Amino acid sequence: MTPETAILVAIVIPLVGALAIALAGRISANLREAATAVTSVSLIWVVWSLLPLLMDGGRPSVEVSQVMPGLSIAFTVEPLGMLFAALASGLWLINSIYSVGYMRGNKEKNQTRFFACFALALSATIGVAFAGNLFTLFLFYELLTLSTYPLVAHKGDAATVRSARIYLGVLLSTSIGLFLPAIIWTYTIAGTGDFTTGGILAGKMNDPEIGLLLALFVFGIGKAAVMPVHKWLPAAMVAPTPVSALLHAVAVVKAGVFTITKIIVYIFGIDFLFDASSSQWLLYAAAFTIITASLVALRQTNIKRLLAYSTIAQLSYVVMAAAILKPLAEVGAAVHMVAHAFGKITLFFAAGAIYVASKKTEIHQLRGIGRRMPWTMTAFTIGALSMIGVPPTGGFVSKWYILAGAFEANNLVAIFTIIASTVLNAAYFLPILYIVWFEREKEGGREHGEAPFLAVLALCLTASLTIAFFLFNGPVIELESQVVKGLG
Amino acid sequence: MDLLAHLPALQVVVPMLSAPLIVLLQPRGLAWAGATAVAVLSFAIAVTLALAVLDGQTVEYAMGGWPAPYGIALSVDAFSSLVLLVITGAAAATLLAAKPSIDQQIEAERQPLFYSAWLLVLSGLVGIVVSADAFNIFVFMEISSLASYILIAGGPDRRALPAVFKYLMMGTIGATFYLIGVGLIYMMTGTLNLADMEARIGDVTDINPILVAAGFITIGLALKAAVFPLHVWVPNAYTHAPHMVTVFLAACATKVALYVLIRFDYMVFQTKLDDHEIQFAMFLMPLAILGILIASAVAMFEGHLKKLLASSSVAQIGYILLGASFLSLAGLTASAMHIFNHALAKGGLFLAVACLAYQYRDLRLNQLGGASARMPWTCAAFVVCGLSLIGVPGTAGFISKWVLINAALENGAWGWALVAIILVSSLMAVVYIWRIVEALYFQEPVEGNEQISEAPIQILLVTGIVAVLNIYFGLFPQVPLELANSAAVLLLEGSR
Repeated sequence: MTPETAILVAIVIPLVGALAIALAGRISANLREAATAVTSVSLIWVVWSLLPLLMDGGRPSVEVSQVMPGLSIAFTVEPLGMLFAALASGLWLINSIYSVGYMRGNKEKNQTRFFACFALALSATIGVAFAGNLFTLFLFYELLTLSTYPLVAHKGDAATVRSARIYLGVLLSTSIGLFLPAIIWTYTIAGTGDFTTGGILAGKMNDPEIGLLLALFVFGIGKAAVMPVHKWLPAAMVAPTPVSALLHAVAVVKAGVFTITKIIVYIFGIDFLFDASSSQWLLYAAAFTIITASLVALRQTNIKRLLAYSTIAQLSYVVMAAAILKPLAEVGAAVHMVAHAFGKITLFFAAGAIYVASKKTEIHQLRGIGRRMPWTMTAFTIGALSMIGVPPTGGFVSKWYILAGAFEANNLVAIFTIIASTVLNAAYFLPILYIVWFEREKEGGREHGEAPFLAVLALCLTASLTIAFFLFNGPVIELESQVVKGLG
Repeated sequence: MDLLAHLPALQVVVPMLSAPLIVLLQPRGLAWAGATAVAVLSFAIAVTLALAVLDGQTVEYAMGGWPAPYGIALSVDAFSSLVLLVITGAAAATLLAAKPSIDQQIEAERQPLFYSAWLLVLSGLVGIVVSADAFNIFVFMEISSLASYILIAGGPDRRALPAVFKYLMMGTIGATFYLIGVGLIYMMTGTLNLADMEARIGDVTDINPILVAAGFITIGLALKAAVFPLHVWVPNAYTHAPHMVTVFLAACATKVALYVLIRFDYMVFQTKLDDHEIQFAMFLMPLAILGILIASAVAMFEGHLKKLLASSSVAQIGYILLGASFLSLAGLTASAMHIFNHALAKGGLFLAVACLAYQYRDLRLNQLGGASARMPWTCAAFVVCGLSLIGVPGTAGFISKWVLINAALENGAWGWALVAIILVSSLMAVVYIWRIVEALYFQEPVEGNEQISEAPIQILLVTGIVAVLNIYFGLFPQVPLELANSAAVLLLEGSR
């Protein structure tokens, strides 16, 4: 298979998978789960087969349709997208293992729709990752919103539908109202929307407009959840936990920050943006989001909502790292996408496992649960430590790079924000760890043990990945360094 | 090719002469089969013509060998070819799907008459499009209108009668205005042939009657095209018509009037009347914008499925008009493109409605709960066409919006305001489409609907194909785009 075919196949596999899942679901649940497994394994195989080529500096690219002159559906694989696709496809497999345990353990309805939409969402994610220009990216970005809507609204009761409406409303209105005009503006000025090393806008735009266009992009890409367009993420927590875990800690939200990073690097160009004074606000907006979201997280009593606000803060880490506009920080942005993904998916898996085993959703209910669910809570602890950035977890690596970038740029705001938010992260995670491990359980609670085996297996895997990423992050950094080396 | 030369005539003559023959096909089912065969044949003719036009030809035909401007001339260029594809495609697709729905709504012994009227509408509409002669356009307009009154009133819903009466009144006023305008021009130029008319208007010394004529023609056609605020006949006529008739009319009827409006204004008036283009733009652009915003707002609060979509049609006509009022190549391309894409999206939506209506008697949104579980394919097709109507990338609707926005941007700072309007109305479309989606997918089922199952395969299949086409033309829009672009070039050449 040539790399060009591999790109297309990677997008088509989950589509075919969705169809197969929908059909197999009519016959038997086991067959359907087998379809999911086959799809995700073959997706990993195809996506990861592109890795060696990328490591050698290859940039395979393919055009599907020239929709209009200058406007085409085309894919190009570059390091950022490769990393994102590899991450999403890899975690999908683990998440599928977890989903089977969770959905069956919970006796959820409409499981076929759930798994089929999940596959669709993955196809959209790969499309976002491999998109070769703004138009293609936008196409798959919208597809991702639409395919995840049924997942968020899964439960189907009035409250869930209301939350799903917020989800869809915020994401669609920002993307149509702000993102699309920004894309059109870019095409009008640059005549193209291709992601090009060094950017395409240099010399074609002046100062106040640069800041404005950047704002249209950043707030138009609602999936990045930069305040004030973050409301959809807590709303999305009504979804079943595997959705929150893979989509609202990895695929969907990372699609947002990934897109912002990609636009900063390949549309504006780091150097061009660094010289533009009107682009400085982005750093402050991201810093504000980090601090505020962490403060809000302090006050949450529901586990999933706390994790959601923590995600909002962590996403802005990526945005802030990208906005520092220095090579080391750009690498840090990419690395943080991975590190946060491993840690946060573990935390969500644990939250879901707790719910399946005990139906507990609030933090104060967790007293002493560590003894009943030692595996789950150990994984939870590792995830939480990674969020704070304690070695030996992945969170430490990315913080290191972002801080290094901030020092390189002599950016005091960024340095201060990282320190302050580390303190805040510790302030909302450590008390949980304390009550989980050291407080006594209330008398008369219901008896329960660990969650179903598959769920526990999945969260142990991701917890190990969190630690492994601390030890073996070389290839990722090598790959992502190409992004900034390309800038010379 | 010899046959090709006769195709413009056959395009009209085939359905027109078949119409009376259909009446004779009394045995049940035969009338449907005959009408469908004719519609499919018409579509094949339109496709052949489109292929010839894509080669760069304009297919002219002189009836009875009398040369224009004395004889009756027909002509098919890129613009007419695109509209022909829409009309015949809509007729063929609807008739292919129609049988179960028509059987349910119309008594067997009246069906031959009904199908015959359908073919008369078809021949009237294509006649308008191929005519190169102002008076024949009027004649065909009357044929199609009178026959469509029969179609709308032909269903079991008695509320269609007042609706059709309103349509009749307003349609007649529109046609009369048009005829008055044509009469005035004939008085001053002595010709009815459009091309000839254009040539001779320049020689007219007293320009006032021509100006009055332009006013009459524009308003008359705007009435026929349901341009806001002359659209009041649309919602009730669409709502109470038999469901399949709604599909057919929503996909193409008003667009044909728009076609004549654009053609007349660009090809006849713009060249020779001073400042006509500015008057045209200044008059129609505000109406287009108001129509887009107000009709979308009405749709957001409408509780009846068919009325909601009918209101949305009025807004979409606003888009077509908005593109034309830019007076630019890109704007006209956007208009022509939206004629095609909106027919796909709205046709698909109304087809899905026809599927729903086959099972649900009451089409108010609050009665449709749980439809997604009972009719999953129908609802899926509805969602796809709905996304196309919103203009989500990857669907046909996005292409026309993209072209339209690019056209708007050519107008400088004012262009950005227009872009804002287009985007706001897209968001309004999200709201009204999503109200339906929520009703279909998440609302509690109403009691007594437990027996409902999927619509007959015949309607469902056509609906599914149209839904897929919405995606196909979103990814590969080259053919309609090329036709639309050549159409815009032709129209602007005419005005220069």
